[in-house]
Amino acid sequence: MSTTTRAARSAEHASAFTVYGTGVASRLMLGTAQYPSPQVLVDAVKASGAGIVTVSLRREAARDKGGQRFWDLIGGLGVAVLPNTAGCRTPKEAINTARMARELFDTDWIKLEVIANDDTLQPDVFGLVEAATVLAKEGFKVFPYTTEDLGVAERLLAAGCEVLMPWGAPIGTGRGLANPYALRTMRNYFPGVPLVVDAGLGAPSHAAQAMEMGFDAVLLNTAVAKAVDPVAMARAFAGGIAAGRTAYEAGLMEQRDMAEPSTPVAGTPFFGLGQKG
Amino acid sequence: MTLAEKMNETTQSRLVVNGEAVACKAATLAQLLAELGYGAAKVATALNGEFVPEKARAATPLATGDAVEIVAPRQGG
Repeated sequence: MSTTTRAARSAEHASAFTVYGTGVASRLMLGTAQYPSPQVLVDAVKASGAGIVTVSLRREAARDKGGQRFWDLIGGLGVAVLPNTAGCRTPKEAINTARMARELFDTDWIKLEVIANDDTLQPDVFGLVEAATVLAKEGFKVFPYTTEDLGVAERLLAAGCEVLMPWGAPIGTGRGLANPYALRTMRNYFPGVPLVVDAGLGAPSHAAQAMEMGFDAVLLNTAVAKAVDPVAMARAFAGGIAAGRTAYEAGLMEQRDMAEPSTPVAGTPFFGLGQKG
Repeated sequence: MTLAEKMNETTQSRLVVNGEAVACKAATLAQLLAELGYGAAKVATALNGEFVPEKARAATPLATGDAVEIVAPRQGG
């Protein structure tokens, strides 16, 4: 796509990108866990400009009104809610967690996680495809947390997913884009599919890098929530994302192996006089 | 075992609720939520790993050994 077409496209839509037919105003999707206090969470979400926040569901004891309190808090933010199936190890767990989430949060959006391994929290891509297939048939709009594997991505799209969320690095590591080559390949291979880098981002520069590659959005949590100042870090990520996206639309220069002077060579003083003492 | 205990045994189910052993009189999932004091709490439920919609709770019978999940909105990434 030409730079002009990209710029025109972004100018004609107020939404940053569209997923399942819904325009999303921000390219930052923010997790709601691990903040030092509910107020810091609220302030961080506002500072980030995020249009979508992720949430979960957990066991609740009788008379513990934590669920209602959190629901009221999120309701006051005026953002879209994307429930997750974090912690699910099997398709059955993920499917039934998604069904409970749909009733609780009154949305058919689900961030589908089927986790394969405790140490890496990497997606179980076989279970992921199986669960996505079932949920899509039940009318869910599935946001699958997946790897960069193109074959898996094809299966997820065939199952009915209209967005893919490849990991940057394992959840909570803050290592940034561990495999930029594979992510760039995925972006190029699926030019028309909304792609969100989910997990592993630790710094605004990581988010900027994903944006420069042309990813539609990033989803992060720990990097903001665990910052010394989460609200300032939320703002920093918003800035990184804005810079990276603008750079993508502006069209980045090609990298080259050898140096090439930026200052004109013609007219260089003493040019051609040789290298005498 | 006293007579009272025997009678209790016939009217009580032993369930696993959110991973913990619970003895209760409730015959249905809706009755269980009331008996445990959830009231009108914003929760979703599953029985033996399968989602039970709110409107189906009253018609969902419970038996000893059943595993019930009662969950609510929480922070997530």
